[in-house]
Amino acid sequence: MAPEHHTLALFCGVLAVLLLATGIGQLIARRTAAGGPNAVVQNLNARINAWWVMVGVLALAFLFGKGGVVVLFGLCAFAALREFITLTPTRRGDHYALALAFFVILPVQFWLVQIEWYGLYAIFIPVYVFLLLPVIAALRGDTSRFMERIAEVQWALMICVYCLSHVPALLTLPIAGYEGRGLLLIAFLVLVVQASDVLQYVWGKLFGRHKVAPALSPSKTWEGLIGGVLSATALGAALWWVTPFAPHEAALLAFVSCLMGFFGGLVMSAIKRDRGVKDWGQSIAGHGGFLDRLDSIVFSAPVFFHLTRYFWTI
Amino acid sequence: MTSRPWFERLCGQLFTGFARLVTGARSIWQGCAPEPELRVYFANHASHGDFVLLWAALPTGMRETTRPVAGADYWRKDGIRRFIGEKVFNAVLIERNGTDRSVDPIEVMADALDAGSSLIIFPEGTRNTTDAVLLPFKSGIFRLAQRRPQVDFVPVWIDNLNRVMPKGEIIPLPLLCTLTFGTPLRLGAEEGKTEFLDRARDALLALKPMVN
Repeated sequence: MAPEHHTLALFCGVLAVLLLATGIGQLIARRTAAGGPNAVVQNLNARINAWWVMVGVLALAFLFGKGGVVVLFGLCAFAALREFITLTPTRRGDHYALALAFFVILPVQFWLVQIEWYGLYAIFIPVYVFLLLPVIAALRGDTSRFMERIAEVQWALMICVYCLSHVPALLTLPIAGYEGRGLLLIAFLVLVVQASDVLQYVWGKLFGRHKVAPALSPSKTWEGLIGGVLSATALGAALWWVTPFAPHEAALLAFVSCLMGFFGGLVMSAIKRDRGVKDWGQSIAGHGGFLDRLDSIVFSAPVFFHLTRYFWTI
Repeated sequence: MTSRPWFERLCGQLFTGFARLVTGARSIWQGCAPEPELRVYFANHASHGDFVLLWAALPTGMRETTRPVAGADYWRKDGIRRFIGEKVFNAVLIERNGTDRSVDPIEVMADALDAGSSLIIFPEGTRNTTDAVLLPFKSGIFRLAQRRPQVDFVPVWIDNLNRVMPKGEIIPLPLLCTLTFGTPLRLGAEEGKTEFLDRARDALLALKPMVN
């Protein structure tokens, strides 16, 4: 298969899986219809339907190339940041800092990725924004809970903007013999990590008995974790042909990404628990908010990015 | 009710569309259904955007027959505000200053109800810019309920809008807002002013989402 057909082959595979999932979902719905409406089945089918939309949007962004992917993840970061700040108890004194975060810092970060200025997008938020935001808040003069507020806004930016921007940043990595195929690296990461989430859900629903962290999440089980991560790692190895990696390298990177993704879900669950909510939002039917879908990507993207950058770039 | 000119309705659509886009507003019809009955929606008031958002949260058909009640002193100040207030939002303008007003605001509201329009009111009387969750209610809502006891009063809690656009700020933050519509209440036969105001205020507070 020629490299230019890889993207198409990948999307056809995803399409086949979606068709299969939709068929199974409808079958289960028909089987259980006699017992009245079933919340788990309805949620399952809502999730599958939302996947069609998400895959469609991702495919559209891929058609537009780098600009499309940067804009798509920029918009996702915006939606995620908005969900995060909505559930963060900020004060009136934070208004300028927050307006800056949404309307200046976020677009600048993604613009830096677009122009491939690694030296600045890698430190813009962790260094410059980190120092600038407390100055702005201090100038407003409101000292109550100062440290807490600053830390929470900085954390929100790191998670929702900085970490997420490492997905489109994969396009900027110069890998020998892999020129012009960066989109496939994104497809690999997104596919493997999201498949890990889905497979953890499936394994957990089928065989889940022992909870990993009962205080954080009732749905995360050891059976789901081990089954999901291992099967997603196998998927990663099977997809080695779209990446610059050898099969065992692809498996290793997939394994690390899935594990980071799992930890991301765990951390974000802890925050949701503390805030007293089940989901970050209601934008994606069946899934919750954008952050509920992105939490695993957010934690895996920077690690996947830097591992690839360290070992594979010129 | 005659249909309004298309330009005024288009402006209304633009305002409500923008408000929904910025706030991601989600309506939760908890205590009643979005039905075009004659109602008085009463809500907490923390921002200028409150009535736009509440108006935007209603289904399109109901929006045309629901009028926000607003202060004439603010909305009659110049031509632009007059156009937006009277034409776009189709507001019922009342004189807030008791000493030099010519018409009784309660009468104006009752007349609008009689003409078939539902109303949006903010019983705190002014924007709440304090740290208090909700200011004490002014007596206007009680006097309106006395005048039209057969009308349903629906509490609506608007959450987070005070953070989207706090007093004195120009740039709105794109935070997510929710509007929770509660169970309609009516003035009881024997109910006094304090009892009714307390009951209405408690009904509104009970809709506030419990986060932390």
